[in-house]
Amino acid sequence: MTELIRNYGVYFLIGQFPHGPLGGLALTMLLGVAAVLLALPLGVLLALARISRRRLLHWPATAVVYVVRGTPALMVIFWAYFFLPALIGHKMGQVTTMLAALVIFNGTYFAEVVRAGIQGVGRGQMEAARALGLSHAKTLRWIVFPQALRNMLPSLVNQFVATLKETSLASIIGLQEVSFIASQVNSQVVVHPVAIYGALALTFFALCFGLSRLAHVLEKRVAVQRLELPQADG
Amino acid sequence: MIEFRQVNKYYGDLRALADVSETIAHGEVVVICGPSGSGKSTLIRTINRLEEIDSGQILVDGIDIHAPDVRLDRLRSSIGFVFQQFNLFPHLSVLRNCTLAPIHLRGMRAAEARDRALAVLERVGVADKANALPSQLSGGQQQRVAIARALVMEPPLMLFDEPTSALDPEMVGEVLRVIRDLAHHGMTLVCVTHEMGFAREVADRILFMDQGFILERGSPREFFVNPQHARTRRFLADIRSPFPSD
Repeated sequence: MTELIRNYGVYFLIGQFPHGPLGGLALTMLLGVAAVLLALPLGVLLALARISRRRLLHWPATAVVYVVRGTPALMVIFWAYFFLPALIGHKMGQVTTMLAALVIFNGTYFAEVVRAGIQGVGRGQMEAARALGLSHAKTLRWIVFPQALRNMLPSLVNQFVATLKETSLASIIGLQEVSFIASQVNSQVVVHPVAIYGALALTFFALCFGLSRLAHVLEKRVAVQRLELPQADG
Repeated sequence: MIEFRQVNKYYGDLRALADVSETIAHGEVVVICGPSGSGKSTLIRTINRLEEIDSGQILVDGIDIHAPDVRLDRLRSSIGFVFQQFNLFPHLSVLRNCTLAPIHLRGMRAAEARDRALAVLERVGVADKANALPSQLSGGQQQRVAIARALVMEPPLMLFDEPTSALDPEMVGEVLRVIRDLAHHGMTLVCVTHEMGFAREVADRILFMDQGFILERGSPREFFVNPQHARTRRFLADIRSPFPSD
């Protein structure tokens, strides 16, 4: 085991970098974080369009959400790989392709999470803010989003975890993220598949479990703030 | 101050407001009453355009509030509105509930907004709860905070949509006291309520609505002692007698 780590540990963590493209666990995390950071705003925009009363916003957004959500992630990656270059007229790097697929795919899931979160905030909240004279945008910023965020925190983290796991599909299009590296190492070493894929599984588990725990702590803190804020007279 | 001109509003086939024309003067205290579904909540909600109207005009200080190009947010900031369900912002402290509008609409500095909010909270008797969250307050306290939240903007006009209907009976008094105090200080008030005692005591005029029409309008004395319409008499009989005749 120590020999495995000595020989392949760095390869597992960063791929061929700096003599080749960045890969391994670093690429996995980079893809995951970038995908979440880009998919979340896309999700918010799609959600707002879905809620909108304007049909020109509502219908296209709804169609995109339904179509993409009704498709396996793998299909979306193939689309991004084969159709996106044809669509935009030039070739894209593998990382960009994978990132685009992840953002589109998870954006639609975030859209539904955000939509549910926003619609969970009572209508009276919107009315009260508008009656005060706050604009629609300010109402969203100060009244609706803060409350919606609390509603949707658990589902958001679920989706973060899902995104992270989906990065492993990148090996399909030849990206050397951590699971690709694991299979490479395995085909070189041959005799330790359990150890190698065990390490891979543990890595993913540690990342996802860590995220879930973090979410749990956050949720608790939100709940405590709500319940135990000291009373002015006590 | 407020002028309704031939206002009509429909919910599908239901005529919620039927040719409503009415003028409410500056400084006047007007109570709107009537059976449920009579259009009184709809009427008061059209004054700051929480409800759209289908025809007619509503002028507030001469400005057509339902005109397409009206600066609605600016107008709304000078019309206080109090809801039946309070609708305080549950994620913000009582103080933040009250400073939100002055800071984000008037560009007031946080310290100044805070001082002003505390003064208004003092006036409605909940200054000691400034740092509490709305969920930690009783219904009566919450509604008084909601009134304070509107008052911080120093609106010349306040609208109340059944402000005591969601309250436990023993908390109705504290809220009505606050509204009464505003009335006595010359603010223009429009209040939808079932509190007939309050209406008799505070209102300059009472409007009685039924099926979207304003059936009766007059001083409390005229309304209670000498109502013109059979429908009004029946309404008064029903709310007075604990055993209404069928």
